[in-house]
Amino acid sequence: MDRKLIGKRVVRNEDPRLLTGHAQFVDDVHLPGMLHAAFLRSEYAHARLLKVDVSKARQHPGVVAVFTAEDMGKDWFPGPPLVSPPPTVKDVVFHSRRQVPLAKDKIRHAGEAIAVVIAESRYIAEDAVEEIEVEYEPLPVVLDLEQALQPDSPLVHDDLESNLAARLSQKKGDYEAARRQADVIVKRRIVIERGAAAAMENRGIVAHWDAQSEHLTIWDTTQAPIPIRNGTAARLGLSEHQVRVIAPFIGGGFGPKIMMFYPEEMVIPWAAKQLNRPVKWIEDRRENFYATTQERGQIHDVEMALSRDGRVLGLKDDFLHDTGAYDPYGLTIPLNTQSHNMGGYDIRNYSSEFKVVFTNRIIATPVRGAGRPHGIFVIERMMDAAARELGMDPIELRKRNLIPPDAFPYEHQIIDQAFAPLILDSGNYKAVVDKALEIIGYEKFIKEEQPRLRREGKYVGIGVVPFIETTGVGPYEGARVTVEASGKVNVTTGIGTQGQGHFTSFAQIVAEQLGVKVSDVRIVTGDTSEFHWGTGTFASRGAVVAGSAVHAAAKSVRQKVLKLASKVLEAPEEELELEDGAVRVADIPQKSISLGELAVLANPLRGAVEPGTEPGLESTSYYGPQYGATAFGTHAMILEVDPQTMMIKIRRYVVAEDCGTVLNPLILEGQIHGGVSMGLGNAYYEKLHVDENGQLLNASFADYLLVSSTEMPRIEVAHLETPSPLNELGAKGVGEAGAIPVPALFAQALENAFYDRKLEVLEMPLSPNRLFELLREAQENEKSV
Amino acid sequence: MKPAPFEYFAPASTDEALSLLAEHGYDAKVLAGGQSLIPMMNFRLVQPSILVDLNNIAELAYIREGDDGGLRIGAMTRHRQVETSPLAAERAPLIHVAMSKIAYPQVRTRGTFGGSVSHADPSAELPALSLALGGKFRLRSQRGERWVAAEDFFVSLFTTVLEPDELLVEASIPPMPPRSGWSLQEVARRPHDFALMGVAAVVTLNEKGVCDGARLVFISAGDRPIAAERAAESLKGQAPSSKVMEEAAEIASMQEIDPSSDIHATAEFRRHLANVLTRRALEQAFQRAAETKQEG
Amino acid sequence: MPTTFDLTITVNGTRYERSVEPRTLLSDFLRHNLGLTGTHVGCEHGVCGACSVLMDGQPVRSCLMFAVQAHGHEITTVEGLGTRDELHPIQQAFQEAHGLQCGFCTPGILTTVKAFLEQNPNPSEEEIREALSGNLCRCTGYQHIIEAVELAAEKMRG
Repeated sequence: MDRKLIGKRVVRNEDPRLLTGHAQFVDDVHLPGMLHAAFLRSEYAHARLLKVDVSKARQHPGVVAVFTAEDMGKDWFPGPPLVSPPPTVKDVVFHSRRQVPLAKDKIRHAGEAIAVVIAESRYIAEDAVEEIEVEYEPLPVVLDLEQALQPDSPLVHDDLESNLAARLSQKKGDYEAARRQADVIVKRRIVIERGAAAAMENRGIVAHWDAQSEHLTIWDTTQAPIPIRNGTAARLGLSEHQVRVIAPFIGGGFGPKIMMFYPEEMVIPWAAKQLNRPVKWIEDRRENFYATTQERGQIHDVEMALSRDGRVLGLKDDFLHDTGAYDPYGLTIPLNTQSHNMGGYDIRNYSSEFKVVFTNRIIATPVRGAGRPHGIFVIERMMDAAARELGMDPIELRKRNLIPPDAFPYEHQIIDQAFAPLILDSGNYKAVVDKALEIIGYEKFIKEEQPRLRREGKYVGIGVVPFIETTGVGPYEGARVTVEASGKVNVTTGIGTQGQGHFTSFAQIVAEQLGVKVSDVRIVTGDTSEFHWGTGTFASRGAVVAGSAVHAAAKSVRQKVLKLASKVLEAPEEELELEDGAVRVADIPQKSISLGELAVLANPLRGAVEPGTEPGLESTSYYGPQYGATAFGTHAMILEVDPQTMMIKIRRYVVAEDCGTVLNPLILEGQIHGGVSMGLGNAYYEKLHVDENGQLLNASFADYLLVSSTEMPRIEVAHLETPSPLNELGAKGVGEAGAIPVPALFAQALENAFYDRKLEVLEMPLSPNRLFELLREAQENEKSV
Repeated sequence: MKPAPFEYFAPASTDEALSLLAEHGYDAKVLAGGQSLIPMMNFRLVQPSILVDLNNIAELAYIREGDDGGLRIGAMTRHRQVETSPLAAERAPLIHVAMSKIAYPQVRTRGTFGGSVSHADPSAELPALSLALGGKFRLRSQRGERWVAAEDFFVSLFTTVLEPDELLVEASIPPMPPRSGWSLQEVARRPHDFALMGVAAVVTLNEKGVCDGARLVFISAGDRPIAAERAAESLKGQAPSSKVMEEAAEIASMQEIDPSSDIHATAEFRRHLANVLTRRALEQAFQRAAETKQEG
Repeated sequence: MPTTFDLTITVNGTRYERSVEPRTLLSDFLRHNLGLTGTHVGCEHGVCGACSVLMDGQPVRSCLMFAVQAHGHEITTVEGLGTRDELHPIQQAFQEAHGLQCGFCTPGILTTVKAFLEQNPNPSEEEIREALSGNLCRCTGYQHIIEAVELAAEKMRG
């Protein structure tokens, strides 16, 4: 299809607002009479709460109220389950334990909210928080995933028999049979640790209860405004029409902003209603480390069965997943891991059981990648280990096992995070591997450059890692497209946006259909008063699912435009074209009418209309995919390491990606660059250090290290397009792709750099210190051999 | 988080500041650039009841040539001023080159020389470099004035010989002797982070190319800047060679420094880095010294 | 009641007289007292750089200064660059090169870049990376930001 706007490097509609400081973020909301909240958070990770004395804090000048769990009375109850366990899997164990608004009786993670002070300013609220007296009875903490499942472990939830939150097994083919046929069995233990999403904007909420109209307005840094609206209404006994949730500009989401309900999301609207005054709470960075969800803690015991000629006959992966103190988000993350454990490989026999474990840490919910980086790390580390074992080139081993292009749709015979059968819709996996190899100059590097560099005493390694990403999952999104009397087009959708460029990519989709300028399409998103139905922005689904709904609505409006214009211009629809904001008869330019004039005609103030006519040039459409579209790609890197200081320099970084139809390459590349920077953080910089008492030791940006401009390499991106057959746009998601393969790639390049040491990386993240230790261990092992 | 309340004074002269410190002493905290103090106040880890802000004292911000041909730096001189000062580059290249390693541009426009030295963070560059160059500090109070050598100034973690009523008003950095070379080697997670380990080396050669004197001072290697005196002594009278440099590195890293373990690095890794960096620093410093010899 | 200080400050060319508690951070003062919410706060410990503004033309962290310390000084925030209809060349370059995604860190980057390009109109990539080392961005991976600064430098050189 010949496309004028889709696929073009269109600059963003939203930028002028953001660049001039006029875009509204939650903390920018200022209401008359507004109060400010600060939370008292637990110093202990695990403790009984014996006494909370807020009397002094209540007396503090400027304090309006202090609330504890007791003060919430019957309004105190846990948050709803966000995702239930899969109904289609047999023998699934799932204990649902959800977070509470304010801790009562027991503390389950450091930073859990105990009380909230509401005062005339945040400064005063924090002064008064220091005056609350709490008596704790510290309990032994549950941190280690394996120890947590021992019979003598302390319990995070006293009413359960153990810290097992969930267990689920999935099988494909017959792994045991494959194992018996195998020439080589490779076994490894792989450990993945937690990191933070660390969006630049912390969370925040402003709630305003208007007692006269009995209407609650909430500004929330959420990725899912509509579910927040629905849940808040239910919690407070209001109609959904009495609650309006606005997710204005959001300073980055990356997953945790779709956790719900956060305790603060339960407390602040409630408090505003109690006090009949607007209340604002803005999380600070320290709180973000203690109160915003995190991800990535897992331990895998993996086994791969191969034939001598490098066919993967089967894979077995039993793993533990750290869900933290509660499990509102169900099994999304470990299911994603299970779905990505086989990567893009044609593996016929698979067996995987995961156990989800309660620990005294903040809740784990998806963070960019959401279990997928784990799966890719596991399979790709195993591929490298197997290649060494077989004495085979690691790229060759991968190529022998990639799913061939004619095998799609490829059914994996297990279920994915949406509880739907895991089907890889379309792909050409070898093409992206070849593209990455070509751009990075793999052959030349291996044959010429690397030997030369090694002779010079340099440690420079290369890595090449393919990956897949299931994206664009259901259930559905909707959109309403309206041509206004001005001739400009308004689009509303429910999903919410955190920087992904929806104001532009959706506008391109609409402009393509209606022949208007991209800048004349206004997108409204994240305001429940504008659009009632939808779920949210997560799982790399915005462009695919909401984009497809926008596309369908725009097409429907186009039909209305053509039908009406055909009457007005007295010409058959087939002869009409939509260009420059007008409809005209092809070849007769003077026979035309602007979209604005048509919009007025479609919504007349007087006169009769035909029965069954809908007013306006407007249409609402919904899109729900049958199953998710699977994007894929290959990353390659040339990495130099100083073998004495463990400092690294990335000399080249190449991404060959295929996310189906590209809507806007500029935005797409930006998504990939950002994903890679987060992936590099997960590989070598970002680690949450927790001591034996469950206290986080690096709750600041001075000690939790985000990749900055001085570490980030320049990234070369190549696009290939294998359109998804699942939606008309042919789109697949890309939001998380950049982050997914990076730790596996980094590990591979590192091992390749240290060609003369027996280094094997089976953990993420690493650090200079950890790398130093691993090299020492490798050296000692070699000595003892 | 937000800072706890405090009483605020912004004296316009050193004398006025000293009078406030004399009056409030232990209760007061001096605010220089604030780039270390204000984060701690924002975390409420530090809650001074009185803040004496030096930022209005224009007379304390200067970079001048010293009588000895070295450098005199006023306490309220911003890092950015030193970074862009040709005089600093000429008279104290070791300090000048360190400036770009101190945090970020926005912090360097506020952070001050005197503030960094008085804060006495063992991970910071300026305390270590002042020591490596044999600098001294002028301390004033209403009781009078005294000069304290850098080697006597730093007591322990965030602790110096400054009395509560005393203010560090100036640093004096002497020139390096002829035929001297210097080097600053650091390993940091990201270039602008505090170093996991760092070492400053200053070496002097005699006319025959034999080491006449050396100083090695380590960053993040103990509770204050650590001068490795025995390692430096071992270089004296020796012609620079990789063997003597390796020996000095061994002595310094294994016997003289006292690094601790934290989330970023174990003591063992820090000692290893100290060894590596000492060799690199000495190599570069001797190289530079040899080059000045040729020039001179 | 805590003592307040009378403060005169020029922000983006406008003179303001306000009374503040000494502990009020400059970032909070700009955002909440003056309503200039373009300056963002990402950490309050001086690392993320989102709150960077110019004081007398030099980039500073507004979360690491008390408002009283800006008494008598001139502050430039993102609102003091261009307008929506007439973007500053740096802002134009950021739009053209897609140098922002969520836009939260952007105001601090724009002010920092303004001071940087005034001092160094023709910077190398390495100098740009160094100049931006105190501004964290979680969305872009910095690449488009660096390209935007290169483009802005070109525009401003004319």
